[in-house]
Amino acid sequence: MKRAKCIEAIYPELQDKLVVTIMGACAQELYDLGHCENFFYLQHAMGLASSIGLGLALNLPQEKVVVLDGDGSVLMNLGTLTTIARYNPPNLVHIIFDNGSLLSTGGFASHTTSGITDLAAIARGAGVQNVAAVSTPMDFIAAAADAFENDGYSVIVAKVEATGPDHFGMDLKLPENAFRFERYIKERKQMRTKLHN
Amino acid sequence: MTVSRDNSLAVYQGIKDAGIRFITALPETWLVYLLQLAEDDPDMTLIEVAKEEEAIGIAAGAHFAGQPNLLLMQNHGFLAAINGIVSLAMLYRVPLCMLIAHRGHMGEPYPWHTQGGIVTEPVLRALNIPFDYARDHQTVARQIKEAYTYSLSSLSPVALMLSRDLMED
Repeated sequence: MKRAKCIEAIYPELQDKLVVTIMGACAQELYDLGHCENFFYLQHAMGLASSIGLGLALNLPQEKVVVLDGDGSVLMNLGTLTTIARYNPPNLVHIIFDNGSLLSTGGFASHTTSGITDLAAIARGAGVQNVAAVSTPMDFIAAAADAFENDGYSVIVAKVEATGPDHFGMDLKLPENAFRFERYIKERKQMRTKLHN
Repeated sequence: MTVSRDNSLAVYQGIKDAGIRFITALPETWLVYLLQLAEDDPDMTLIEVAKEEEAIGIAAGAHFAGQPNLLLMQNHGFLAAINGIVSLAMLYRVPLCMLIAHRGHMGEPYPWHTQGGIVTEPVLRALNIPFDYARDHQTVARQIKEAYTYSLSSLSPVALMLSRDLMED
């Protein structure tokens, strides 16, 4: 299973959600499908995409927040699973693409290679109630649909091949991405208030 | 050493007066009353992290969500959070208002705090993070408000160092 195909399969579903991705291949593959104002790409600070997702989810209970994470990033911030499990935001979907590799930084094996470390088991041990481990596109799509539809912090660990795009680059400056993402959220809030009144 | 209840209350009141309703923190002795006040306050959301670098991500998420927020941590936690501060907050121009317990400096009886106490200010200077020391319960509320205001206008991390004079009786 390829990560790019997984992202492509859920891309239409991401249009009305707040999406935070990790750096490198994952960010590029989403961007290449077409940038949307509700996408934030964390191109550094490995491990913190899920923490950003938590900060968003807790403060925007009316929004669904999706984090596109990776095994290398999660391993750099394993405590995040325990923190998110403790505060258990019902509107956070945490997809961890596990390619067993630090692909974007040279392709070195990560601790999840050959199943040595089981991220789904770690998530369960951290106290996450909804954990799915998938390795086929059908199972991935079903698990994602389930997580998007239902309330509850969900972790989906998707085993994918260690392949990425053959190019990197975005027509989007990093602070510009942050400013536009913030503005998008603000405008959506205003729109919701208007609709409500 | 006893932590000052009265001055902790003055700090907490300053946080409330600055309009902050969301705190990300890692527990630390000097912050114990502050965290209790936050926990008992129905108007405040307190998120306790496993390690301080997480707090930088959570604060960034809260900022994107439009939620006035700040961070409470020990200086050793600040040292543990530096990559997040540099490669999330500074890189993306996300404001951060950090209240940092400045352990391990003048008067510190515990050896284990001392190295962190010695390097904190030089590290803040190296990172070009604006900082100030809070030493007086009568001025701390204004300092918190100013630090928060400045983080928003400068789109930068700003640190207010909670000193021994303020936090201990």
